[in-house]
Amino acid sequence: MDIRRRNNVSVIGREDGPALVLAHGFGCDQNLWRLVAPALAEEFRVVLFDYVGAGGSDLSAWDPERYSTLDGYAEDVLDVCRELGLRDAVFVGHSVSAMAGVVASAREPGRFGRLVLLTPSPRYIDDDGYRGGFSKEDIDELLESLDANYLGWSGVMAPVIMGAPDRPELGEELTNAFCRTDPDIARVFARTTFLSDSRDDLAGVAVPTLVVECAEDVIAPREVGAYVHAAIPGSRLVTLDATGHCPQLSAPEATVEAIRSFLRDGER
Amino acid sequence: MSPREPAPPPQDAGSLAEQAAAVAPLLEDSAEDLYENAPCGYLSTLMNGTLAKVNGTLLSWLGYRREELVGRRRFADLLTIGGKLYHETHFAPLLQMQGEVHGIAMELKAADGARLPVLVTSVVKTDAAGEPLLIRTTVTDARDRRAYEQELLRARRAAEEAHREAERSREHLHEVVAVLQRSLLPPSLPLVPGLETAAHYHTASPDHLGGDFYDLFSLGGGRWAFCLGDVCGKGPEAAAVTSLARHTLRAAAMNDPDPEAVLHTLNSVLYERYTGDDPRYCTVVLGLLEAAGLRDTGFDITLAGGGHPPALLLRDDGTARYVPTPGGVLIGILPRSSVTVVRTRLEPGDTLVLYTDGLTEARTPAGRYGDEQLLAHVSALAPSGAEPTVKALTDLLESFGNGLDDDTAILALGVPARAHENPTSSPC
Repeated sequence: MDIRRRNNVSVIGREDGPALVLAHGFGCDQNLWRLVAPALAEEFRVVLFDYVGAGGSDLSAWDPERYSTLDGYAEDVLDVCRELGLRDAVFVGHSVSAMAGVVASAREPGRFGRLVLLTPSPRYIDDDGYRGGFSKEDIDELLESLDANYLGWSGVMAPVIMGAPDRPELGEELTNAFCRTDPDIARVFARTTFLSDSRDDLAGVAVPTLVVECAEDVIAPREVGAYVHAAIPGSRLVTLDATGHCPQLSAPEATVEAIRSFLRDGER
Repeated sequence: MSPREPAPPPQDAGSLAEQAAAVAPLLEDSAEDLYENAPCGYLSTLMNGTLAKVNGTLLSWLGYRREELVGRRRFADLLTIGGKLYHETHFAPLLQMQGEVHGIAMELKAADGARLPVLVTSVVKTDAAGEPLLIRTTVTDARDRRAYEQELLRARRAAEEAHREAERSREHLHEVVAVLQRSLLPPSLPLVPGLETAAHYHTASPDHLGGDFYDLFSLGGGRWAFCLGDVCGKGPEAAAVTSLARHTLRAAAMNDPDPEAVLHTLNSVLYERYTGDDPRYCTVVLGLLEAAGLRDTGFDITLAGGGHPPALLLRDDGTARYVPTPGGVLIGILPRSSVTVVRTRLEPGDTLVLYTDGLTEARTPAGRYGDEQLLAHVSALAPSGAEPTVKALTDLLESFGNGLDDDTAILALGVPARAHENPTSSPC
């Protein structure tokens, strides 16, 4: 199987630089890194990819069973690393992808020398003595929103998106063209994301880890950031003066600086 | 205007001014009024979402006072929690990347907790240098639209469920058909000393029971009977006839192995069972095998045909020919059957092949496959044992692809060739 095509892998930046894998979360694709990737590319060999089912990935490779657990996403991460022969790389995962990186890192020690967890949450739904911020009903409401909005997606678009652009003019017709996702696939990813519980995986992280949170983030509130920080031995926590769940878009410079300084400190 | 009415007199300057004054309140030149009382909600937020300006329409929809919102709440605070999740994972990232987002369905929460389905469009306003300043948003009442969409969604889910149900039923049907189909054929062919046998059954459709059948069974005393036939039609009714035909042939052959007598019995059974407006009939070849000598000398064969395509005989010498059973008519259609009997002999290295007309009726780009092409095909194979012959014909069936739309049965009986003597390796 051609992993590069399947996961729409692109590698940019310094060929001799340390490898930095940027893994997008639920809701979008590698486009989400567009404001930080150029700056990171000055220093690193930056690896971008889409999980199967997202963005420009090969949708025919999508399998509802595989992508119904975080393990499936972790496997995608490892597949990309194996394909590129990465060792000791830096993994930067956003949102649910942060946890996929934690799983991947435990599964193949040596692939990642460091982890950067951007607005991570190991569990979104409240539990006894744990506040994730959401209830099961809230997640159902999100699924309704997904059903009500086929962002940039329509049946006629599918052939174009899936790489058979015999009618390229179709590509111009829809707005919200970034982050378009097959609604059936988005629903599975949403469930996997918001019903996951990876709290037990945190203690097993064995590499230097940076947790980046936003000062105001509805999806990963500060107490969740503190929980992740406390659960990962020796981790570092940085709180960005930013709003929302996507600091790589709302505060790109600060995000790049947080990553850089964490990696610089590691060199000493 | 009616042609009898006089034209109105030309207007003077005074009356024009009066008219202008009369429509002045309708000129819509108050931007403030246009904004505040627009037929849609307007709001502006800082880049972090804090509400900076909200119009009167939206305030009245939501039941808030301006001072409760402006500077105090964020746009996302007006959404349901699921809506907030969607806002953070989709809406906000898209807006940051594209500078605008159009027509997103969300629900706003009014002060009294009521939910208002809306369509939201946002645009980022930038300064001269292109730096984002604030976000302008319009909110359209979408109650009727959402109700309509939910109806569509409900209908689609119902259709999807019906589709899944149909798929499940179809799978079940396929299982039932496959089990029944197997029951119409012998689970495996019996071992006949000195004879190689092979058979193949091609099912045209997993939805339908086919009406082809074959069988091979011992009659005792070193004698064996074999048959291959094709019942008219498809489906459960044809399958019932197939089962009846096959068991009648067995029972009749046990009683009196004369092939002609056996086919007469089958004819009577079918004719009497299926009278009136539901006639059922079949074509069949029935054969009797008797060992010709004590050891390895082949078999004498008596073949009786009732309207069935002729058997093929592949000879040890590399030739092939049809073994016609002419004059036989369909079994079960007339009160008294007409059966043709021929005798032949299967020598070592010879193979007899029976088949149903699915094989010769297959459509090819050049028309029906036909008897001549089939003969040419097996002539090229000869000499060939039972197993490789059936394999070659199975490959041929597969090569027809969609051109093969009927069930097809193939049965081959071959006598192994004598080991050829090789003078150079003989000891001397």
